[in-house]
Amino acid sequence: MNENLFTSFITPVILGLPLVTLIVLFPSLLFPTSNRLVNNRFVTLQQWMLQLVSKQMMSIHNSKGQTWTLMLMSLILFIGSTNLLGLLPHSFTPTTQLSMNLGMAIPLWAGAVITGFRNKTKASLAHFLPQGTPTPLIPMLVIIETISLFIQPMALAVRLTANITAGHLLIHLIGGATLALMSISTTTALITFTILILLTILEFAVAMIQAYVFTLLVSLYLHDNT
Amino acid sequence: AASEKKLLEVKLGELPSWILMRDFTPSGIAGAFQRGYYRYYNKYVNVKKGSIAGLSMVLAAYVFLNYCRSYKELKHERLRKYH
Repeated sequence: MNENLFTSFITPVILGLPLVTLIVLFPSLLFPTSNRLVNNRFVTLQQWMLQLVSKQMMSIHNSKGQTWTLMLMSLILFIGSTNLLGLLPHSFTPTTQLSMNLGMAIPLWAGAVITGFRNKTKASLAHFLPQGTPTPLIPMLVIIETISLFIQPMALAVRLTANITAGHLLIHLIGGATLALMSISTTTALITFTILILLTILEFAVAMIQAYVFTLLVSLYLHDNT
Repeated sequence: AASEKKLLEVKLGELPSWILMRDFTPSGIAGAFQRGYYRYYNKYVNVKKGSIAGLSMVLAAYVFLNYCRSYKELKHERLRKYH
């Protein structure tokens, strides 16, 4: 039981070759591109969804921030599709690996902050001190704001990792419990099975919400800095 | 000659020579993947009234491949008296 629970989070390696590369690249197969005006149903649905999301998310930015649209839209598509594919049985979810989420969070956050420092230096330095603080509190508050700034990428990465990993672990545990309870008491097994159904619905929601939250926060950091 | 014939027209005895005739250069392999992808895409997805079957066959194949990949760990969880 101890070894079984975490084996699904080991990066897949086949004969020493990184299979995980193929698994990370697989969601790109599910988003076909098309240059036509009128497409097949699959592509039309995806384009409609993408338009909806991009309008909702990029409308708050000025023209400088809107240059990030491609980056943010591909980000939300990648995280959303990877999380949803991870809910299929036996599949491996790359976003459970902290290394990968750090690799996504740190460059994006750093890009937003450095853009802010380069283009609007005074305004971004001013972020370290909220308006109307009493004078004796200023040094402490600057330190606190600096810490909260540097914790942003860590929080982005760890939030995504922890949410997805915890969800997968819960599904494994409750599924195993249902299976073990079936021979002991069918009623309890049925209750546990209902919990499993509800949990799976929650995980579908979490998969999409986490993608949204990640992208939204990056967009917020961008808004502060453009 | 055994080359330039489609697979279903090759006689069994000619099969090894047919396989060796295939283009195994990187661009040849990439071309094979591209042809396979577009064959599936144009048959099941890029049609006027595409259904959920086009997507779900891909996902089913994905699940199956992942099962094959993790069979080594999964076989310990079978209901057997002796593992």
